Amino acid sequence: MATANTTHLLEFEKPLHDLETKLEEMRKLGSEDPAPELEASISELEERVKSLRSSIYENLTRWQRVLIARHPQRPYTLDHIEALTDGFVEMHGDRLFGDDPAIVAGFATFLGERYGYRDRSVLILGHQKGRDTKSRKYRRFGMPNPEGYRKALRLMKLAAKYNKPIITLLDTPGAYPGIEAEERGQAQAIATNLFEMARLPVPIVVVIIGEGASGGALGIGVGDRILMLENAWYSVISPESCSSILWRSWDFKEEAARALKLTAPDLMEVGIIDEIIPEPTGGAHNNPEAMYEGLGKVIARHLKSLEKMTSKKLLKTRLEKFDAMGAFAEE
Amino acid sequence: MAWFRRKTAGIHTKISQQINVPEGHWVKCPGCSTTINQREIGKNLKVCPNCSHHFKLSSNEYFELLFDNGQFQVYDDTLISVDPLKFVDKKSYSSRLETSREKTQLSDAARTAMGMIGGHRISVASMDFSFIGGSMGSVVGEVVTRAIRRACSEKTALLVIAQSGGARMMEGALSLMQMAKTSANLGKLEELGLPFMVLLTNPTTGGVTASFAMLGDIHFAEPGALIGFAGPRIIRETMGQDLPDGFQRSEFLLERGFVDRIVDRRELRQELVQYLDLILEDDPDTRK
Repeated sequence: MATANTTHLLEFEKPLHDLETKLEEMRKLGSEDPAPELEASISELEERVKSLRSSIYENLTRWQRVLIARHPQRPYTLDHIEALTDGFVEMHGDRLFGDDPAIVAGFATFLGERYGYRDRSVLILGHQKGRDTKSRKYRRFGMPNPEGYRKALRLMKLAAKYNKPIITLLDTPGAYPGIEAEERGQAQAIATNLFEMARLPVPIVVVIIGEGASGGALGIGVGDRILMLENAWYSVISPESCSSILWRSWDFKEEAARALKLTAPDLMEVGIIDEIIPEPTGGAHNNPEAMYEGLGKVIARHLKSLEKMTSKKLLKTRLEKFDAMGAFAEE
Repeated sequence: MAWFRRKTAGIHTKISQQINVPEGHWVKCPGCSTTINQREIGKNLKVCPNCSHHFKLSSNEYFELLFDNGQFQVYDDTLISVDPLKFVDKKSYSSRLETSREKTQLSDAARTAMGMIGGHRISVASMDFSFIGGSMGSVVGEVVTRAIRRACSEKTALLVIAQSGGARMMEGALSLMQMAKTSANLGKLEELGLPFMVLLTNPTTGGVTASFAMLGDIHFAEPGALIGFAGPRIIRETMGQDLPDGFQRSEFLLERGFVDRIVDRRELRQELVQYLDLILEDDPDTRK
């Protein structure tokens, strides 16, 4: 069982943590001085912990999922790459202006054999966040500049050249909203990726592993399969920005999260994603190994099903997939 | 004592309000602060006679301006948004839609038409800022996609007139996917070798800029139009500093290499015809 982590406890997890602490103390007491009354209250407390845990984690609000998706200990792109592949050769630069550490990309061997598939070379890339103040700043909190999208595209075209499948991992609070990003064509870089990714003749598996905010996420998010971790979120705007624009205040982020219907089950319902990948109780950070295992299995299955398709079929199905997205009526 | 000090220079009335003033009323031009008669502006394609400030045009006004003899056929104006998320903020999305439809007499923020421009048959999609800020939801995505498909099936050129605050928040991720859907469909146009022209007007931001509006073979922009991905307010907040003068305006984009030509509205039709003439020249040598 994962031990509760006091340094990064989310607000709504506190009652559970308090109860768990109490249980720990009683167990300690019980081991030092066993008494039948104590045993009884321990098992009673165990029941309460169990029921509180399920009542919290089985009824997560949309906003609580957003918090889990942003958990500072959540596995990031490089963690997934480390766990799911071997021999990752990270490649840098867009060959036009610079390198962007907010997106990492390179070729690696996807370890599919463990999951009844086979080990094979893939291009794997994704948004990268930092773990401490220094690396967060270096990674620009996972918010890419145009160079990031252009680097991703350069390498995806290489993947097409080498006939390798592509795995993209989405985890960004949005494309970087800076003066220089605008000067160098943030919009043009994202638009070009959408256009080109729809035409790349190799399989593309997209996984939203954390935050999927707007065009900044979609910029590496066009593919044949769109998968989503259970507690990730994906929408047109972050709940905070949505609150600021529609409510004209930053205080309505929870309402905004609810209104935006940004969770994996929501997106499954409107037909945007293909599959939800279950997370360990309380979120991926509570048991990263189990998370990698679960994710690896699902990716392997999709790579397997996609490799049977010809490029022509692949592109046709990909286009039809996105064509079908949207809800409207015709009078 | 800052009671009487103005926070910004000049007194600005929202352009949207000015445009809606009935004919014959006076408006103050946001470009030069001159008071001008609405009728005067109307006669001048809604360009200020004094400083050439370009007021917004509706999709219908663009159609009338650009198509030969103002003749065109409108398609897809029967598509309507359905509030798939049952979105409610201070107001419900469905009531916003209803109000917008009533106020603008439009079915959504984009319309398509076919007709001739300079004798070339062409598919045109044009956006309306007056409908929820020209935002792109499922209907706009579908309408633009159909304009692309129509160009492909009839082997004509495509013109998109962009005017949008970005993706429509009230349709959540479905709005976001319209960026992918429209961009993906442009691939067919590319394969068929059909020309794709974009006219960027004030404003073109967010998800529309980051999809079909930045994918043209040639990008025309009206003078002084705000064009960008992130809005100036959010950049200002992130950077904590004022933005340089002219930042994200057409002229800035031309300088940075994202716009080919800045065109005064009064010369727009002629510019389009000239380009179409060049590209669609009936030259037997170029036909394989």
